[in-house]
Amino acid sequence: MLAPATAGPHTTGIVWPHSVIPLGCSALTVDLAALDGDVARAVVRGLAGRLTGAPPAGLLAVVPAIRTVTVHYDPTQTTIDALEHHIAAALDTVELILEPPRDPVIIPVCYGGEFGPDLEFVATTHHTTPEAIVAAHTAGRYTVAMLGFLPGFPYLDGLAASLHTPRRATPRLAVPAGSVGIGGASTGIYPCTSPGGWQLIGRTHRALFDPARMPPTLLQPGDVVQFVSIPTPQPGEALHRS
Amino acid sequence: MSLRVLQPGIQTTVQDLGRLATQHLGIPVGGAMDVQAHRVANLLVGNPLDAAALECAFGGLALEFIAPAVVALAGRDIRATLDGTPLPAWHACRIDAGRVLTLHAGCRTTIAIAGGIDVPMVLGSRSTSLRAAFGGWHGRALRKEDLLPVGTPGALAARMLHWLTAVDRHCGDWTVGPPQHPPYSEAATARIIPGPELARLTDASRAALFGDTFRITAESDRMGYRIAGPSLSLTSHADMVSSGVTAGTIQLPPGGAPIVLLADRQTTGGYPRLGDVIAVDLPLLAQLLPGDRVSFAAVSLDQAHALLRRREADLTTAARALALRFAPGADGTR
Repeated sequence: MLAPATAGPHTTGIVWPHSVIPLGCSALTVDLAALDGDVARAVVRGLAGRLTGAPPAGLLAVVPAIRTVTVHYDPTQTTIDALEHHIAAALDTVELILEPPRDPVIIPVCYGGEFGPDLEFVATTHHTTPEAIVAAHTAGRYTVAMLGFLPGFPYLDGLAASLHTPRRATPRLAVPAGSVGIGGASTGIYPCTSPGGWQLIGRTHRALFDPARMPPTLLQPGDVVQFVSIPTPQPGEALHRS
Repeated sequence: MSLRVLQPGIQTTVQDLGRLATQHLGIPVGGAMDVQAHRVANLLVGNPLDAAALECAFGGLALEFIAPAVVALAGRDIRATLDGTPLPAWHACRIDAGRVLTLHAGCRTTIAIAGGIDVPMVLGSRSTSLRAAFGGWHGRALRKEDLLPVGTPGALAARMLHWLTAVDRHCGDWTVGPPQHPPYSEAATARIIPGPELARLTDASRAALFGDTFRITAESDRMGYRIAGPSLSLTSHADMVSSGVTAGTIQLPPGGAPIVLLADRQTTGGYPRLGDVIAVDLPLLAQLLPGDRVSFAAVSLDQAHALLRRREADLTTAARALALRFAPGADGTR
């Protein structure tokens, strides 16, 4: 997997094409739109790491996404020119390496039944059985592209095309915490109870977000996730939390 | 020190200025909807500007003070009483033990108390995150009979209380004027910096965005406001991937009705971004209620920065003036 090198900072001579877009008067978005896939994700992580590691004056937050890095700043402490200059210099030090595959973070999931009310629908959509859907979902290795939407919510890359399923026409008002779902070409886990339109295929007891834990999120961008099917608890038996 | 919640109001939460620095984990910023009202209310009672205060939507809040306190209310169209006697907003008021403060009506009222609301700091902030149910007071809005801890007032706040007691006044004669008091209205004009997908609006939609008036719908809360008006459409389908958003980001979901993101917004979003309301105009939005109106005007980034820097300098000046008036050795009179 491509990853940003930790060495440096030194100028690499590589030019990562980017544009800087104002996002209101206290934030800006560094757009790496010309990059794609693994390269974009690795450069995003590299730039976010450089900015967080050596923050310029007035920098308040760095928010990496799929192919953008959004920077929140205090305009009384810095100027957009100074930030743009700093960002360009930081990007110049980003170098990519091929990282050996990481050990996956295991997410135990009770598939189907009350925990995965849409598993049957997903199976019907793909003209197959719930068991085959579970087998395909657990066979995948998923990479955390970014965190967003909810605290600790991972945007996971790597869902097999045979599992892509449209979102529900009407979103649920309350998707329970720990629900594992499929929405279009993505799969993910709801860290807390929330409205949501994804097809729910199972549920995990692992806490994806715990404000008392450090770090508070189970997953970080770049982590690899593997889902493992575990038996559904007997009636009355709780799906207890870790 | 503590205060008892007799009536919790529609939705009252503990807020400070939020948690900006953990957005990369998907944690919403939260914090006061009206950052200016929050900071001015804290300023008036001698608190640090980022102290935790209460934020009450609409009204219906009644608080009983167990110990004497100095309190300031800030926001739009506030109607409050202290045991039936009208209490002025935008002033520091001394409240004796056992008395009851009632907020009858308001839009989004900050209630700052000298010493601040003393709830634990979670991930760098005392703000309540309602969606993820953490921070603030047990991660939730206040309920009847909650007993909220109030911190020990700092030196400045203590000298203010001493002065109010010594001169036997209930309310301080200090307040703020424009520009620290935003020009609230039920028909606000919000200035925006054009966003990346603004150019993709049809000519008619762009003219409507800047020429027409939008109404705040009932689908509006601390996360954001859905606004109703002319339906807006894009010339081409925008191929969007999730990217960072901020307070004031105006998104255009497929339905054609924009959403303005506010304090409890998600950290990232995947809808076309039409523009961002500038920081100095966010308080005007924060104080709009369903049925109120908003219109938009474009402004340059340089202008937005100039306005913001002036507001911050004015607030610093006001804070310094108050600190000087109540400096050790000064007698507190003007």
